[in-house]
This record gives sequence, C-alpha cells and structure tokens, in this order.
Amino acid sequence: MTEIQGATGLVLNEALLWERGVRGRRGFSLPRRDVEAVPLPEGCCRESTDLPDLSEVDVVRHYTRLSQWNFGVDTGMYPLGSCTMKYNPKINEHLAALPGFAGAHPLLPETLCQGALGLMYDLQGLLAEITGMDAVSLQPSAGAQGELTGMLLIHAFHRNHGSKRTKIIVPDTAHGTNPASAALCGYRPVPVSSNDRGILSRENVARVMDEETAGIMITNPNTLGLFEEQIREITEIVHEKGGLVYGDGANMNAVMGVVDMKRIGVDVLHLNLHKTFSTPHGGGGPGSGPVCVTEELEPFLPVPRIVKQDDRYGLSEDHVKSVGRLHAFYGSFGVMIKAYAYILSMGAENLKTASRLAVLNANYVKERLKDVYDLPYDRPCMHECVFTDKRLKAAKVTTLDVAKRLMDYGFHPPTIYFPLVVSGALMVEPTESESKDQVDRYVEAMRAIAAEAAEDPDLLRNAPARTRLHRLDETAAARHPCLKG
Amino acid sequence: MHYLSHTAEEIASMLEAIGVESLDDLFTTVPEACRRKKPMNMPPPLDEWELTGHLERMAKDTVAASGGTVFAGGGSYEHHIPAAVRALLQRSEFYTAYTPYQPEMTQGTLQAIYEYQTLVTRLLSMDVANASLYDGASALAEALLMAIRVTRRSRVAVSRAVHPHFRQVVRTYLGPTGYEILELPFREDGTTDLEALDDVSDVAAVAVQSPNVFGCIERLGEAADRAHQGGALLVSAFTEPLAFGLFKPPGDQGADIACGEGQSFGIPQSFGGPLLGVFATRDRYVRSIPGRLVGKTVDKDGQRGFVLTLATREQHIRREKATSNICTNNSLCALASAIYLACLGGTGLEDLARLNYDKAGFLKGRLIDAGFSVPFGAPTFNEFVLEAPKGFDRTYERLLDQGTVAGIPLGRWYPELSSHYLLCVTETKTAETMERLVREMTS
Amino acid sequence: MKEIHELVLPEDLRYSESHEWVRFDGDRVRIGITDYAQNQLGDIVFVELPGMGDVLEKGREFGTVESVKAVAEVYAPVGGEVVAVNEALVDAPELVNQDPYEKGWMLELTVTDASKGEDLMQRDAYLENLKAQG
Repeated sequence: MTEIQGATGLVLNEALLWERGVRGRRGFSLPRRDVEAVPLPEGCCRESTDLPDLSEVDVVRHYTRLSQWNFGVDTGMYPLGSCTMKYNPKINEHLAALPGFAGAHPLLPETLCQGALGLMYDLQGLLAEITGMDAVSLQPSAGAQGELTGMLLIHAFHRNHGSKRTKIIVPDTAHGTNPASAALCGYRPVPVSSNDRGILSRENVARVMDEETAGIMITNPNTLGLFEEQIREITEIVHEKGGLVYGDGANMNAVMGVVDMKRIGVDVLHLNLHKTFSTPHGGGGPGSGPVCVTEELEPFLPVPRIVKQDDRYGLSEDHVKSVGRLHAFYGSFGVMIKAYAYILSMGAENLKTASRLAVLNANYVKERLKDVYDLPYDRPCMHECVFTDKRLKAAKVTTLDVAKRLMDYGFHPPTIYFPLVVSGALMVEPTESESKDQVDRYVEAMRAIAAEAAEDPDLLRNAPARTRLHRLDETAAARHPCLKG
Repeated sequence: MHYLSHTAEEIASMLEAIGVESLDDLFTTVPEACRRKKPMNMPPPLDEWELTGHLERMAKDTVAASGGTVFAGGGSYEHHIPAAVRALLQRSEFYTAYTPYQPEMTQGTLQAIYEYQTLVTRLLSMDVANASLYDGASALAEALLMAIRVTRRSRVAVSRAVHPHFRQVVRTYLGPTGYEILELPFREDGTTDLEALDDVSDVAAVAVQSPNVFGCIERLGEAADRAHQGGALLVSAFTEPLAFGLFKPPGDQGADIACGEGQSFGIPQSFGGPLLGVFATRDRYVRSIPGRLVGKTVDKDGQRGFVLTLATREQHIRREKATSNICTNNSLCALASAIYLACLGGTGLEDLARLNYDKAGFLKGRLIDAGFSVPFGAPTFNEFVLEAPKGFDRTYERLLDQGTVAGIPLGRWYPELSSHYLLCVTETKTAETMERLVREMTS
Repeated sequence: MKEIHELVLPEDLRYSESHEWVRFDGDRVRIGITDYAQNQLGDIVFVELPGMGDVLEKGREFGTVESVKAVAEVYAPVGGEVVAVNEALVDAPELVNQDPYEKGWMLELTVTDASKGEDLMQRDAYLENLKAQG
C-alpha cells in the first residue's frame, strides 16, 4: 500500500468568529470620508449590530485554518457519482476575475457591455453544438433550477396547445430534484421502474404514458451509470401521446461528442456547468444550469434572451410566450465565464476524449473491484459504476462504514445510498481528471478496505480515525437543532 | 490545455484490464440511432495565452474595464471588496470542495457556513438563517411559497415597490400552481400604500422590500401589524443589506421571513451573477425552511463539530414533498459575505453604512441645489429617485458616451415614471466625482 | 439492525400492514409504531402529530416520523377524534426508539367508525407478514 494522500493539517481547534472578536478592531480599509454627516430620519435607526470586530490578521488566520480542514479536488480524488468532480483549471479563476467582467453592472446599456453579452451568446452556441439542441437559455442558477425551467417550458407548451396535463413520468432512479421540480409545477410524479438490466423498458413506459401525462424526465446515462438503451423508443412513445421529453443532463460528461440529444428525442435538456464543464463546486455552489431546447420550445424560453443582430449583441424581452424570468439578471455569469474558457481550451476533439477517458476510468474501476464488491450490473458502464452492500452485510459493515474508512486512506468517499433502487449503493465516478496511478491507488484502497471488512471490521465501524474529528452525531444535530451561535 | 493525463500506454493497459480492444468498445451500449452524425463543430482549442487574450478583449468591452463611473444600483451594488476577501476565496480547499455531506472532511466549509448563518441572523435580527439560496429574487419566491405552505392559503400580496425583476421571478414560480398575486400600489412618498391591505383578505403573506426599489425605507412595523391582523406572514425583502448597518432590521419590526440579495457583501457584481440569496425566519418555521442548514453537534469523542442537518426537508430525501427543489446553492458566495462581514466587523459595518447614507445625501443635496427634483419624501439609504427636466435624456446619452452612467432610467419599469432616474451612491464615489457629475448633468 | 426474531411484538395489541400498533380500551384506542418500524428508521429525530380534536380517517396519513436520513408517513389504523397526544415526543423523540409501545406512544383516539379495526392483524399474523416481506 502506497503512502496516504490528503492532509488534515496541524490545526487542532478554531474558535468561532464571535469568540475571537474584540470590539474596536477592524480588518477593513474604509474609504475616506469627504462629505458631511447628513441628519438621520427619526425612529428608523437600529441599535448596534452584534457582529464581531476583527483585525485583518485575525480574519486571514481564521479562514486559512478553516480551509485546512477541508478536502477539495485540489487535495485529492473525489469520486462522487453524478457530481463529476473534475479538475477546476486555474486560468478560469483568473479570467472570471478580470475587472471588465467582475466589475460589470448588469443593467448597463447594451453599448457598454458588448463583451459580456458576446460571451453569453457564444456560450449558448457552444452548448447547443455540444448537445445537438437548437436554442439555449443560460439563466437557471443550478441544475435544480434548470429542471424547474424545463418543467415550466413543458407546462407552457401544453397550455399553449390547450392541452391539460397533470402528471409526469419519473424513473425510480431519478435524482430527488426531479420529482421536487415537477411538483413545483403542479405535476404529480408517476413512478416507472427500471428493469432487471437497470434501464427503462419501453413497455413499462408505454403502460403509464397517456394523454394526461405531460411527459417524462429521463437522466441519460442514468444514475446507475448505464446508458438508457431504449431511450429512442421511449421518446417516441411519449411523443406519440403528445408528451415531451425532459433530459436531465447531469451525466453529460459520459457522452460529449458521442451522443446527439435532439436525435434521441429530447425536447429540453439541462446541463450542469459545475459538473461537466469544470467550474468549481465551491463547497456547495454557485453553479449554473443552462437549458437547451428544440426549436419547438424556443418561444417559451426565459427572458431576457441574448440575441445578436448584425454585429451587435443585445437583450430581448419581446417574447410573449416566454415562461418569464428565473433570476434577477441573467444567471451565474461568473460561472459561465469559466465554462466558456474551459470549452475554448478543450475544443471538440478533447471534449470527446474527456468523455471517453471518463468512461475508461469508470470501467477500469468496475473491473478491478467487482471481485470484492457486489456489482449488480456486470456490463459496460458509462462514466460511473455502482456497487451494492451485499458482500458487506455478512461482515455486518455498512456502505457508510466503507465510506468513512476511505477517508483514512486519503480519499473522499463516493456517493452513497443513491440511487435508491440498489441496496447500500456506492456510486463511483472517477472523472477523466484522475490519472491511471491515481485510479490504481483508489482501487488499492478499496480492496484493502474490503479485506479489513472481513478481517477486522471495527476498523471500518470506528472510521474515520485519522481525521481531526471522528464520526459526528447527526442524530443529536437533528433532534436539538442548533443553527446559530 | 486539455487537462487530460492518460498516455497511450496507460490507456492500452487499462483497456486490457477491462478486456476490450479500444475505447470505442466501451460505448457498445450506445445505439447508432442516438449518436451524432458529425463531430462537434467548434473553433480549434486555444492555448492559455490565446485564451487569455481572447477573454481580455471581451472584458475590455465593458465600461468597468475602461474606468467608467456608474451611479447605478437597482439590485446590483458597487462596493469595495477588501483584498483579504479575494485572497481567502482563492484557497482551493474552499472552492474545489463539494457540498459537505461528508462532514469529517469538510469542517472548514461547515464551520464557515454556521458562522455565516449566525452573522445573518444577527444582522437581520431573526432566529434562523439558511446556508444560502441562488439570489434575492428566488429567495423571495421561496419565501412566498413557504408562507403558502405554512398558512395553507393560496394568495399573496406583493408591493409594487419591490424590485420588478424580483416580482417577475415570483410570478414565474407561483404561476404554474395558480397561486394568486395581488399588487399593492406605492404612495406619493415612495413607500407602499399599506392602507390597500384593508381591501385584501385571506392572504398567506404580505411582501414589501426595504429599502425598496426607489431606495425608500418602508414602514415595516405597520406592515407587520396589518399582515398579522389578517393572519398573514410579513415577508420583508431587500436588495441592499448594507442598509441594516444603519436602519432597523426586519426582525425588530415583526417580519416573519427576511430575505433578499447579499451581493453587496464581498461579492463582485459580475454582470449580475453569481449572487447570494439570503433567507432568514423565526424558529417556529424552521422545519418549513427551503435550502440547506448547518447545525452544531459533537463527534463521538465529544469534540465540537458541524453537520448539514434537518435534511429531511430537502429534495434528496423528501422528493416531491420537499420544502424546495434546491440542491446546489451559492455556498461560496455565502462564504465571501461572511469573510467580508468579518473584515468589516460590527463597528465597521455601522461606519460604512453611515458613509453610504451621507454620500448619497450629499449628491441628493447638490442635485436639488442644481434644480433637479427628488419626488419621493420618504427616507432613503444609498439610492434615490431623481426627476429630470425635459430633454435630459440627451444629456444622459452624452454622459454614457463619456462612460458615465447617471442612474437607471425608471420608465422601463414604471411607465408613469418616464422622466425619473434611480441613482445610487456608495462609498466608491468621492465628493469630487459627485461634483463633476452634477456639473455635467446641468451643462 | 434487529433480526425479525429479535423484535418485540406484544400479544395484546393489534397491528396494521403499515406498521402501526393499536391498544383497544373500550371506545378509546392508543396508537404508535411497531418495534419493526422504529428499527427500520433508525434514530428518530422528529415526530409530527396532529392536534387535539382533529378527526382522522382510517387508512389516511396523519403524521410523519423522521430519522436523520428518512421520513416515514404514519397512517391511522382506525378512524376517530384525537383526544390525547404524547407531548413528551416533542423533546424526546427517541422514546419511540427506546420504548415504542409504552413511553413512545403517539396518540389516543375515541373511535368513530363502526368497524373498530376488525381487519387489523393479531401478533402472529403480523409476524408472518414481516417474514414474508423478507
């Protein structure tokens, strides 16, 4: 076993901000006061805020130390299934911070922001090209908001056709945001099961598709890491009854340059720029969830639209059928810059290679672990593979125990307990960013843990042991919530 | 750069371990009918130098790069961001980390967001804040949906003095399920006509914004009383939270939900995004809150730590019955705002807010002296509405050519205010710059 | 996780398919969830119950039981009006885990429908049911 990677730092304890504050300190260089004080209106003013005062060195040390408790993609491998934790290029951070972009007010007259509008317009075109779809809106702030937009588009389409539909088909492997977004639109999710090959079958879909169903939400490749082989037949079945197909594009990293979403029959697709397109995850966000649609759905896209006339870029609100606005302005522009830069750096060939290598890494992991972890679907996977806890049950260890023990080996755990259709799921997505030797280390660690499960299971049950904190009491946190200090 | 490290030998070795001949063999489950007919059509890849040149050219094409002067707010504010904030946000342990579902490896994010939640509740005088939403507009939409859930009523009343983009987003969110949105007009003094609530009954929430879109401070206490009398929640929104360094926060005036835009706190304007949806409410509604929550706990050795908690509200567990569909939020922006507030401190926040108020007051005074009219009489913070004389639009255009944006023309949002402009003054405007603006506006 | 043979299932109670138990006392019934249900859920963190005077319909959902990672709906095994709610569960939801049949009781109803839960299972039938589920 090669040496452990990942760091915990030597920071043992870090006080909370207000435990450090001393009244009168300041870490902020206030601009000069060159005006007189203006009288204050009566009765409107507050008492003193109870925020701590800190000096710059206090603040810098506090957050530097906190950061050392975090494990990021820059620390080590992060094989979270369906999250696509690929490397975040540093040049993109620099470009997003260019003063012309970072300092741009969103309500500038169009003549004063052609560069920003041009970037968005170009990015729309690139995403349309990558997916095979016809038109794009960059407005949604994340995948879930992209899904809501997709539902709104479908809803608007049906209303425009005078068709009243109340249901939407959602596979049992769907991400929780799918039914949640459908419900926001007033649709009742109708479940459909995957078959014993882990994919949707046309018969199951045909059985539930009717003229009261607005459509179907499909993730392809699905959350088991498998390509939905019958997807074309399924989209035809849905279209035949007047329904539309929503594609959850979270797993786009498997199929860039390979698949044509429009040809498949997808009517609206969302993408996650913070997954497939390398923008950083930020500890939970911000993301960006553009939607790509067919010509038929284009009139319903959110406003304002980014348009080009002659050589000028502009914003257009003149779309009566639009579902409206989803964001105060145009979406996560700062995130879009990074995705745009990534796509321009890669070009078509390299994006396709990225997908191919992501799929290679996942299949390699699958082959090298299937003798020690239970593999429910033993055939080519896409960019992620899923194991179950079947072999762990005998040793009375859980998927959670395996995940926690991986931390002691210097890796972030894979996604666990999702999708729900598989018992104790371990969903591994290496991404193309991991070199062969990194993947080999990960495989070695997983094999070592499987051996420990058989020989010394307490090592797993008591894990993580090497982190500063050991297993945290999530039950107490939920029973007696303490959400502020 | 393509960020791909596999060599041909490595690929061959891996294919052999898998038992296939080529990378194409890994895609056998993709039917022909699903495949692209042609390769993706894109420009050839750019190296880092070319890429930088290309984006720098695009960035130069905005007034901020060329040193223009922008006196505009309207939901996006120009504030000085301390160098320490920028430096700390570049720590890749923060920005390349995932959502902290594995708390033992992400205590940095978790403690920082717990601190953020705390600072927000103290600033707004509320009981509990979440770990962020996308932006102020969607935060308001979520607040109204929450009020609808909690009261089980299906109508809301929203002031017309709430930012029009926020109101549009609310319409988008509330549209498909047929919830009714009633509009409250604004009065001559620029604040919401709360008397209009006399004719309104059975609403889940009354939503006002303070400072409102005109920069005016609303009578939140009165709005709260009227809302509560009718069994509704008061939702108090904001676009400029710096105002609460000076003015009474919503929590001290009876708000049930306080929500809005946090971009002013250490987040670059960045052409409108990413932003920061701030959301806070009362303890009794905690299980109805949308979004993630960080809670304090201990590990098995009794050491203090933090975890995401009350997750059963969220989509990954509750699915269609979740309090919201949100998954990814704007966590790094929340971190930025916490670091900013830490640098500023409570006393710094009070000083900065007062400076904004005084500078805006200065410009207002000079413009009145120069013959402009300030039609709304209510107190304002760092934005105010100016009524310009006939023909001013030509002056406005001339100033644009010089790279000066003299406010936001309000006619696009309020047709009856077609000769009015919304001006914003923050600590970034010197007295000299303001004097020059007045001279140019009157010449 | 308990094995099926380790579960506690008192003889004097009746059981529903959805894992609620009922203790009959004339017209009044006391309701809770079974040892199987609490075991499946894991550490319970929150119990959502109806209010006094609410009228429950047999077979309809009346509340939820939450663990850290799951939420389960609780269904009324008989119909009736709520006359008592176990307030102790507000601060100590873990009582449902520790003592599901006594201290972890959830609510009491005066029964309104005539059937009085004739379709509820006796202990042995419920146990067979659990074994069949596998």
